[in-house]
Amino acid sequence: MSDPARPTSTAAETPRKSASTEAVVPRPSTENVHRRRRAHRKHRGVGMIWSALAWIVGLGFFFPVLWMVLTAFKHEREAYTDPPTLLFTPTLDQFQAVLGSGMGLTLLNSAFATAVSTACVLALGIPAAFALSLRPVKRTQDVLFFFISTKMLPIVAVIIPLYVIVNEIGMLDNIWALIVLYTAMNLPIAIWMMRSFFLEVPPELLEAASMDGASLATAVRRVILPLVSPGIAATALICVIFSWNEFFFAVNLTAVRAQTAPVSLVGFITGEGLFWARLSAASTLAALPVVIAGWIAQNKLVRGLSFGAIK
Amino acid sequence: MTKQSTISRAEGWRRRGPLLPALIFTIVVTQVPFAFTLYYSTQSWNLVRPGSREFIGLRNYLYVFRDSQFREVALNTVILIAGTVLISAVLGLAVALLLNRTFRGRGVVRTLVITPFLITPVAGALLWKTAMFDPVFGLVNFVLQPLGLGDVEWVSQFPLASVMANLIWRWTPFMMLLILAGLQSMPTDVLEAGRVDGAGPITLFRELTLPHLRRFIELGVVLGAIYLINTFGAVYMMTQGGPGVESANLPFYIYQRAFLGFDIGQAAAMGVITVVATILISTLALRLLFKTFTATREAA
Repeated sequence: MSDPARPTSTAAETPRKSASTEAVVPRPSTENVHRRRRAHRKHRGVGMIWSALAWIVGLGFFFPVLWMVLTAFKHEREAYTDPPTLLFTPTLDQFQAVLGSGMGLTLLNSAFATAVSTACVLALGIPAAFALSLRPVKRTQDVLFFFISTKMLPIVAVIIPLYVIVNEIGMLDNIWALIVLYTAMNLPIAIWMMRSFFLEVPPELLEAASMDGASLATAVRRVILPLVSPGIAATALICVIFSWNEFFFAVNLTAVRAQTAPVSLVGFITGEGLFWARLSAASTLAALPVVIAGWIAQNKLVRGLSFGAIK
Repeated sequence: MTKQSTISRAEGWRRRGPLLPALIFTIVVTQVPFAFTLYYSTQSWNLVRPGSREFIGLRNYLYVFRDSQFREVALNTVILIAGTVLISAVLGLAVALLLNRTFRGRGVVRTLVITPFLITPVAGALLWKTAMFDPVFGLVNFVLQPLGLGDVEWVSQFPLASVMANLIWRWTPFMMLLILAGLQSMPTDVLEAGRVDGAGPITLFRELTLPHLRRFIELGVVLGAIYLINTFGAVYMMTQGGPGVESANLPFYIYQRAFLGFDIGQAAAMGVITVVATILISTLALRLLFKTFTATREAA
C-alpha cells in the first residue's frame, strides 16, 4: 500500500468527480482533502476489481498451458478422469518415456536448425539492414518493399516446387534444407526490424567515427554495432521463436533423421490412441524453449511482429 | 538530397555490397520456386501417372474453379481468417485495456497472457483437441456441465469453430500486444484535457482512445490476416480438414492435393490463386506499415 505509483495512478484514472473538484477548488481546503481521500478510497476499491479481473484473464489465458505442464507430471490413469484430477503425486515417467522413444533427437534437430538459421539470418540481415538505413542504397524503398512482399507470399505457393527441387538434389530429410528455408523465412523480418534499430542511431555518429581515420568497417564494428546490440538480441530471439515453431516445411520435407520437435508430436495423434500424459510431456518439451525465449524477448515482441513499425 | 545525387558509381557499389547477399539469397529461395509454381500450374501432372505430364495452358485453373470442394475450402479460409482476426482484435482490445493500468503483478499477468502466442502451434492445437475439447474428459465440457451442456463433441460437431477457438486463444495475445503498444504511446495530456472538460470514461474512450488506437488495430488485423493465411498446424492436428473438407483451409487442402493426391498441376494452380487473393490484403498491409513507419519517425 506504500507503493508510490498507486495514488497517482488512481488519480489519473479517477473519472469526472474528483477531477472536477480539483479543477474547481484551487486551494486545498481541509474539506477538499477529506473528499479526495474518500474518493481515493472508493476508487482504490474499483481499481482492485479491475486488477483482480486482469489477473483472472491472465490466468485464464495461461491455464491451458499450465494444465499441459501439470498433465505431463501425471500417470496416464490420472490424465483421463472426470472430474479432472488436481491432486496427484508428480512423476517423471512420461518425460523419461518420451525422451527414451527418440524425442531427444528431434529436440536436437530443432535446436540445430534454429541456431544455424538464426546465425545465417543475422549474418545476411545485419549488413543488409545497414545498407537500407545508415548508408542507404538507391531505391531503398523498393528493396524494402520487395523483402516484405516475400513475407506475404503464402508458403503453400512455393511448397510444391521446393519439394520437387529438394527431392531432386537429394536433400529430403536433411536438416540443411530446413536451415536454408528458415533463413529465407526470417530474413525479411530481421532486415526490417534491424533497420528500425539502425535508424535510431544518430547518423552523425558514423560520420564522426569514420572521420577519426577509422575505416567504415571499423567504425561500424566499434561504434554502431555495440549501440544496436540489444536490437540484434531481440531480432535473434524473434527468429528463434519462428524457426523453432515452424511446422509446415518440417512436416513436408523431413521424415526420420531430420525430424524436428513439432513434427515429432504428430506421432501422438496416430497409432495406438492418445496418451495424454505422455503427449503433454512431449508438448511441454517442444514448447518450453520458445516460451522462455519469448518471455525474455517480450518487450521487443511487438517490434518484431510488426516488422519494426511499432516500438 | 544533393549528397544522394552525387554518389559516385564506386560508392554506389560499396553501399550495395552489404545488401547483395541477402537480396540474392531471398530472390533465389522465394522467387525462383514461385516461378516454378506458375510453370507447374500449366501442366497436367499427376505423380501417380508417370509420363502423363503435358502442357495444358490454363485448364488447371478451370478445373480448380469448377471444383466445389475448392470453393468450400476457399470460403472456410476466409471465415477462419476473418473470424479469428476480428474476435481476437476485440478480445485483444479488452485485455489491453485491462493491462494498461498500473497494478501489482502487471508484468506477470502480461507474461501469462502472451504465453499462448509463444507455445508451439501444433502443441497448442493438440492441447485444445484433447485436454480442452475432449467430449468425456475435456475441461470445456467439465466447466459447461452445470449448464447442462456437458456432452458436446466439439471437434467433430463444430470442427471449423473448434479450430478457430484454438486460433483465437493464440492470436488474442498478438492483438493485445499491438494494441497495448498503441495505448502506451498515447499522450496522457490529451486524456487529461478531455477529463478536465468533463468527459466521462466512455466518451473519452470513444472520442480519444479509439481514434488513436485505430492505426494499431488496423495493423493488427492486417498483419494477423497475413500470418493466419499460413495456418496449417492447427488444422492438421485438430481435424485433418475433416469431416470431408468442412474444416480444411487452403494450405491444408493444397497440401492434401499435392502430397496425398499427388496432383501437382492443380495444387500449383491453387497456390497461384491463393497468392493472387492475398495480394489485395498484402497491398493494404504494406500501405499501413509504411504509414506507421513514417508516423513513428515523425513523432520521434
